[in-house]
Amino acid sequence: MALITFREAIRQAIDEEMARDENVFLIGEEVAEYDGAYKVSQGLLDKYGPQRVVDTPIAEAGFTGIGIGAAMAGLRPIVEWMTFNFSLLAFDQVVNNAAKMRHMSGGQVSVPIVFRGPNGPAEYLSSQHSQALQSLYAHVPGLIVVAPGTPYDAKGLLKSSIRNDNPVIFLEAELMYGWKGEVPEEEYLIPIGKADIKREGKDITLISYSKPLRMVEQAAEQLAGEGIEAEIVDLRTLRPLDEEAVYESVKKTNRCVIVDETWPFASVASHLGWLISRNCFDYLDAPVELVTSEDVPMPYNHTLELEVQPTVKKITDAAKRVLYL
Amino acid sequence: MSTVNKYEKTFLMKLLEQMLLIRRFEEKAAQMYGLRKIGGFCHLYIGQEAVAVGSIAALDLKKDYVLTAYRDHGHALACGMDPNGAMAELYGKVTGCSKGKGGSMHFFDEENHMYGGNGIVGAHIPIAAGMAFKIKYKQEDGVVLCYFGDGAIHQGVFHETLNMAKIWNLPVIFICENNFYGMGTNYKRVSSVHDYSIMGTSYGIPAWQVNGMDVLEVYEETQKAIKMVKEEKTPVLLEIQTYRYRGHSMSDPAKYRTKEEVEEYRNQDPIIILENKMTEAGLLTKEEYTEIDKRCKNIANESVRFAEESEEPPLEAMYEDIYA
Repeated sequence: MALITFREAIRQAIDEEMARDENVFLIGEEVAEYDGAYKVSQGLLDKYGPQRVVDTPIAEAGFTGIGIGAAMAGLRPIVEWMTFNFSLLAFDQVVNNAAKMRHMSGGQVSVPIVFRGPNGPAEYLSSQHSQALQSLYAHVPGLIVVAPGTPYDAKGLLKSSIRNDNPVIFLEAELMYGWKGEVPEEEYLIPIGKADIKREGKDITLISYSKPLRMVEQAAEQLAGEGIEAEIVDLRTLRPLDEEAVYESVKKTNRCVIVDETWPFASVASHLGWLISRNCFDYLDAPVELVTSEDVPMPYNHTLELEVQPTVKKITDAAKRVLYL
Repeated sequence: MSTVNKYEKTFLMKLLEQMLLIRRFEEKAAQMYGLRKIGGFCHLYIGQEAVAVGSIAALDLKKDYVLTAYRDHGHALACGMDPNGAMAELYGKVTGCSKGKGGSMHFFDEENHMYGGNGIVGAHIPIAAGMAFKIKYKQEDGVVLCYFGDGAIHQGVFHETLNMAKIWNLPVIFICENNFYGMGTNYKRVSSVHDYSIMGTSYGIPAWQVNGMDVLEVYEETQKAIKMVKEEKTPVLLEIQTYRYRGHSMSDPAKYRTKEEVEEYRNQDPIIILENKMTEAGLLTKEEYTEIDKRCKNIANESVRFAEESEEPPLEAMYEDIYA
């Protein structure tokens, strides 16, 4: 298997799907001549030309809507948002159009489209450029929300997302683009809606997805050093949520910590916490703990911004609370 | 004023009948709304029929597309939607064009390339350009007609979309149906320009004003716009001036305008204008008109019977038609 970056994995997925299906095209700010703001689309303009790798003006609502219309008419657009912070300008298009067309047309219209880009905190970017916005999208029926945490999952899930006939929100992260992981040479797909056990353990379940996953793996290593065997459930898809995989793990370990870099209020983590409390009540030996970002806008100061987010120590501390250690 | 003499009688009769069908269908819908058979918002098109009928008559709906806002009954019927499915949708019945999930604001007819029925003011304008993007991408021959009201023209996406439609020269005709009131607000109170064609030319898009009370003028100007889209490879903006007799929606008594103003426009009624022209040219007798009108009234009555006899959707239908 080749060791490639998260960025390359995303690019390979786009490249392979564009080669496979002429209806797939990439549209967004700086995706073509600039090779992508984060170099995800590097080389694609040369390979596929300006008809299929389309630079747009800075007009998120407009080009997102154009992508949705193209999808309704039968194309398979990949809309790149330079970051999810800017997706808020297009939120109306996603929530009121992409997510609703099928329903309000009584099933006549499909919207096969992927909206992708970096989500969540990066570094030194302050409040408007460091937001984890997945809970907003996961809230909306009609959308699929995918959040891979490794290059392998990113490639397989993006390929599945591009082939899916529904609007898919695909979450990446600026700080993940350089992360490396093993990815097979041969083609593979990962099904949407399936969680993955990233580490098996019997003492406690750690649930996470996307960027915090690496931190959770480090926490599990530390816990293992103290004789605690943590099981890691990587959700990979937030909507539809693989509830069965979660319950199966919690029923085995009887203890659970959810690690999510969103704000805590009405979040993916808080909803999942409720689901587990509701459906695994008789199996739990302690209340479910959440490790989320603090309920504040992101500060610029580096010490503060790191402390706002989940840390390895916050995760191990929460695990020990749940284990009454 | 366009002359009727150059047209076949069957074509003129088709336009007349479509306008009358929309009128009678909506009068019936208003009556049923009054009887509380229909709920929610119900935005009537009465007075504006010539815009949808005249422009859609210039299309080939096998390759062309239509999108409009929430005042959509007229466009849907002009595209060939079955009136029974339309009325059943107003009733929320399972036999409705959108299975009772969309209601008045969300008529869809994919077979006839009618893509809504869109409820957020202006938000379908980029969607229309996206469908035009597909036509260009696949090197097809079609055009997209995108209708919206004067109220939508100040939304950001209108301006974003016009810019992109022009830089990519998409085959789309933006049709601003200026009925003078964005809900209760006269357009002159909220617009920095009163001639909306200026908004097209500011993006390098050919644009002009059209009299929307004359169905033949609408037809001819739309044909001209389609020719321009295809030959000169450019989007077009039309400001088609029209008038709605009713309030913004059924709950609006329309106190922001005078009775005299409404009366003035009733005298330029698009149906009366065409009827008079055809009569003067010897292409329509009183009996023929009465017969068409009766047929349209029967279709409207039949649509009510169909809607009333149709089933409510089963409860489990709430979980359907969300994901493909």
